[in-house]
Amino acid sequence: MSAPALVVAAWLLLIGLYGVVTSRHLVHLIVCLSVAQASTYVLLLAVGFREGAKAPIFGDIPASSPVVDPVVQALTLTDIVVQASVSALLLALAIQARKRFGTVDPNRIGELRG
Amino acid sequence: MIELQYAALALVAVSGTAVVLTYEPRRQVITSGVFGTGLAILFLAFQAPDVALSQVAVGSVALPAFALLTLAKIARVDRDEEERD
Amino acid sequence: MSPAARSGLFLVSAAGLAVLLGLALGGLPGFDGPLGDTAKLIATHAVAQRKASNVVIDVAFDYRALDTLGEEFMVFVAAVGAVVLLRTTRDERDEAGSAELEARRPPETSDLLRLLGTVLAPLTVVLGVYVVSHGQLSPGGGFQGGVVVAAAVVVVYVAGQHVAVPRGGPIELTEVVESAGAAGFAIVGVGGLIFAAAFFENFIDPGSQGSLLSGGTIPLANVAVGLEVAGALVLVLVELLDQVIFRRGGGK
Repeated sequence: MSAPALVVAAWLLLIGLYGVVTSRHLVHLIVCLSVAQASTYVLLLAVGFREGAKAPIFGDIPASSPVVDPVVQALTLTDIVVQASVSALLLALAIQARKRFGTVDPNRIGELRG
Repeated sequence: MIELQYAALALVAVSGTAVVLTYEPRRQVITSGVFGTGLAILFLAFQAPDVALSQVAVGSVALPAFALLTLAKIARVDRDEEERD
Repeated sequence: MSPAARSGLFLVSAAGLAVLLGLALGGLPGFDGPLGDTAKLIATHAVAQRKASNVVIDVAFDYRALDTLGEEFMVFVAAVGAVVLLRTTRDERDEAGSAELEARRPPETSDLLRLLGTVLAPLTVVLGVYVVSHGQLSPGGGFQGGVVVAAAVVVVYVAGQHVAVPRGGPIELTEVVESAGAAGFAIVGVGGLIFAAAFFENFIDPGSQGSLLSGGTIPLANVAVGLEVAGALVLVLVELLDQVIFRRGGGK
């Protein structure tokens, strides 16, 4: 029953890695990296989901109703904001690479030395 | 809810592939916006509202802003180098 | 290695990775099994112990606060790294105030943009503060609310009369706020050490479920993380804006 979600997580990881390996522009590479990171979020949430269960917020549902796994959600939500900050750091590195090497093509960065 | 999950999974898979296959970075920011929204809907369908809120904030505010500003800076460096030559 | 050879090598190893992923993910239990032991324990006892309705925030800021401490320091360090990278550009002339800048300055923003900015900025700040402070009652918390508050601050600078970038005083204030948030979270943990003999032990009275101050130390931790994330994102965005608008050239 959970096969579609796991297949999509595996597919996102593979296609994200393919984008990183064959990229020709540093900013394109960083956005493909975010696709690969999204695959881990999908996997974590698919592991925690239970059919017929509700969100783990007990404001308006009785305290004994079945809920999905709250631990993986806590991991995932901090993970998403950390991804934003790490992407910011990588983009700053891309700007510096453009200034130092004169190109944003990862294949050609080794050639032109400043 | 299970139909919403399947629809959101399909949207995420297709837009994820589109993000990787869009080679021009400016267009890729648009596709990554679609991908981020699809992810947020998927997280809602998985009964995870906190995670969906986080994804909407990051995927439509932080990441596109950073990427577009970086592209603008790179274009600016290109233009200034041409002017100097 | 040529790009074609690299793609070929990647496709071969991706096939191997796909096989391994299939084997690993195939062994996972499906959606109809019972919850894991930790999850069941937390889901049954969290509300009774901490009186916080949002169990996810409970886990993130109380039961597993040590992990969140590491993650928020990751945000802090990434922002510091990005700012350092973007500021150390010695071969660029600072154009602020020069005649060239006046000629290059972007045209005045349209009235509609300024109107939207005037309406959106205070609403977004209120929304961000609401999301941060109600983290333990409804979906939200420090991380999400911090991003919303950062967006509000950037709206103020981007939808003004000209696109302006703050320098000096406001930037230092943002740095102080961000550091205070990062340190504040660690101080909450040390407070647990001082008052309750365990790092990050919840040492404040939980209150009653549904009230704004429920959850003990969770509201304090939420505010600390909200300040820190907002400060980090504002710093990075302001540095990027500054680079785009005010710094000339710099390549070879």
